[in-house]
Amino acid sequence: MVKRRLKEHVIDREWCKGCGICVHFCPRHVLELDEQEKAFAARPQDCICCLLCELRCPDLAIEVITEELQTESATKEQTE
Amino acid sequence: MPFKDYLRKRFFPHIWCPGCGHGIVLGCLLRAIEQLAIGKNDVVMVSGIGCSSRICGYVDFHTLHTLHGRALAFATGVKMSVPRLNVIVPMGDGDALAIGGNHFIHAARRNIAMTAIVMNNRTYGMTGGQYSPLSCHGDFATNAPYGNIDHDFDVVELARAAGATFVARSTTFHARQTTEIIRKAIAHPGFAVVEVLSQCPTYYGRKNKQGGAAEMMEWYRDNTTPVGSKAKQQNPTLIERGIFVQDAGKPEYCCEYKKLVERARRGAS
Repeated sequence: MVKRRLKEHVIDREWCKGCGICVHFCPRHVLELDEQEKAFAARPQDCICCLLCELRCPDLAIEVITEELQTESATKEQTE
Repeated sequence: MPFKDYLRKRFFPHIWCPGCGHGIVLGCLLRAIEQLAIGKNDVVMVSGIGCSSRICGYVDFHTLHTLHGRALAFATGVKMSVPRLNVIVPMGDGDALAIGGNHFIHAARRNIAMTAIVMNNRTYGMTGGQYSPLSCHGDFATNAPYGNIDHDFDVVELARAAGATFVARSTTFHARQTTEIIRKAIAHPGFAVVEVLSQCPTYYGRKNKQGGAAEMMEWYRDNTTPVGSKAKQQNPTLIERGIFVQDAGKPEYCCEYKKLVERARRGAS
């Protein structure tokens, strides 16, 4: 399986209702609610791209954008 | 096509309360359709009345928002007239099992190829949190301040007994499993029933002191178990989830009707 790494969390602030499901269930505590009770990625560097926040968001407000992780062998192949 | 392209984005943010499980079911349903690569014009979504039935307004398929409890009857008409369409009928627990209880059992009995999704929040959310036929014995509701003395239906057992050829249950906590089950249900060549336990933090959760949306989903995590697991034998109060019935062998209603028409035509000539 191809490993993926985080590019960014796209969170629609208009759609988010601040229910906190994403914050509660994130296995790495990446997400938090801000002072307006909207979700934001406080610690994106800890994200493991499990996509659970995206799948469980009742407002369809979160999208986890990922990219393919360049492994050493893949980088080698490209340069060759 | 990314699943969000199936949405009518102009109606967002949706009307459901913060933390309502119905939005999670919508996401799972659209991801299932995306995985099956079904075009927008090949899906008909028919709903009745209630919070759950508002789902029809948010999807960019052919949609019918019909009478309370009668969604399956309208859907039967659509399916009979154009059998190649994928007919999906999302319903609430009251819509499907109280007002539409009769339509539900007879659609199952006929084995007409469509997908009935029962979004079970165990309450009538839209009208203010009254008890439904899926509220459990002892549950509290707006009109049951001293506890509900009714017993609830088991949707899985009811659908199985009525003759549905695909019967499954999942929860909003188990979103990946819900997507997979809905995908199999849509692909099933017969009447498919999928019950999804979906939290209503506004009424059911508050009245029954179950906490917020996340706590209610934790309850689903802790009180359900895969079908046929050992845990169920040790603790019979656990709710099983997974696929209970999957039988592609029973004749489908539209196919049978087509054969009947052909037989009648041969007889007449």
